[in-house]
Amino acid sequence: MREHLILRVVTKVLLPFIILFGLYVQFHGDFGPGGGFQAGVIIAAGCILYGIVFGLDTLRRAIPPGVVTFLVAIGLTIYAGTGFATLLLGGFFLDYQVLAHDPVHGHHYGILIVELGVGITVSAAMLTIFYNFAGRGEPDGP
Amino acid sequence: MLLILLVITALTIVRMRSILAVIMLSGIYSFLMASIFLVLDAVDVAFTEAAVGAGVTTVLGLVALSLTEDREKLPTHKPFIAIMVVVITGVLLLFATQDMPNIGDPNAPIHRHVAPRYIEDSPEEIGIPNFVTSILADYRGYDTLGEVAVIFTAGIGVMLLLGRRRKRRPEDQE
Repeated sequence: MREHLILRVVTKVLLPFIILFGLYVQFHGDFGPGGGFQAGVIIAAGCILYGIVFGLDTLRRAIPPGVVTFLVAIGLTIYAGTGFATLLLGGFFLDYQVLAHDPVHGHHYGILIVELGVGITVSAAMLTIFYNFAGRGEPDGP
Repeated sequence: MLLILLVITALTIVRMRSILAVIMLSGIYSFLMASIFLVLDAVDVAFTEAAVGAGVTTVLGLVALSLTEDREKLPTHKPFIAIMVVVITGVLLLFATQDMPNIGDPNAPIHRHVAPRYIEDSPEEIGIPNFVTSILADYRGYDTLGEVAVIFTAGIGVMLLLGRRRKRRPEDQE
């Protein structure tokens, strides 16, 4: 689809806003609708759009598949790690109130960290699925 | 009205033989579903449905379609047993809806169990206004951890199933 000028220009203009909106949904999920899951999907969708319009190899150069695979695991580790951190700080598993002096702030930090983990895992998992599906259809592929 | 559109879309999906049209209609179905969730004031669910159902699923369907052909094969046998199972299940489900409370009924069991506690106490306990997020990430944190583990497993599973071929390619070239 590299020859479609309008598609390429529109994608280039829209992409920063898609990513920005994804980040907004990610970190504003405690005040408005949204959260890690939706944000991860939005960011992944933006990256997939880039990959469709500019070619899979361009996307691979921008976001290497190895890094994406790594991030799938990192997100889950952040989530579970928060649970173990609260264990080490003397609370129950995923008991966020030990994360700060004020229990309410602790809950708030805990939710933000956990949602970040969710977002990373979801977007990376979606991208992994896309890479693997699209990678099979390449003309020079197996 | 939205439900009627939903039924029309679903019936069209069943009748269609072109997979490209089916993928597009599934996207429309997801958007209609998101609108219904929005009418029911479930903004978070509507958001997820629009992003996942209409966005990513459609794109993955299109990418998968590019690997295969557009026409669906005609079935080789008449699906009488399948129709019987669907009809019986549908009748049973319709029968069961008679016992369900009305939508929005404040005395429904789901509104009387833990929901009042979440609504009343979560602003003081968690301190964030959106208590959908506080339920998902805090009260039900274990469930969400399991959910993330499921997504993790899905990503790794697809990678192991489909990604193996690419690894073998450099060996073939050598």
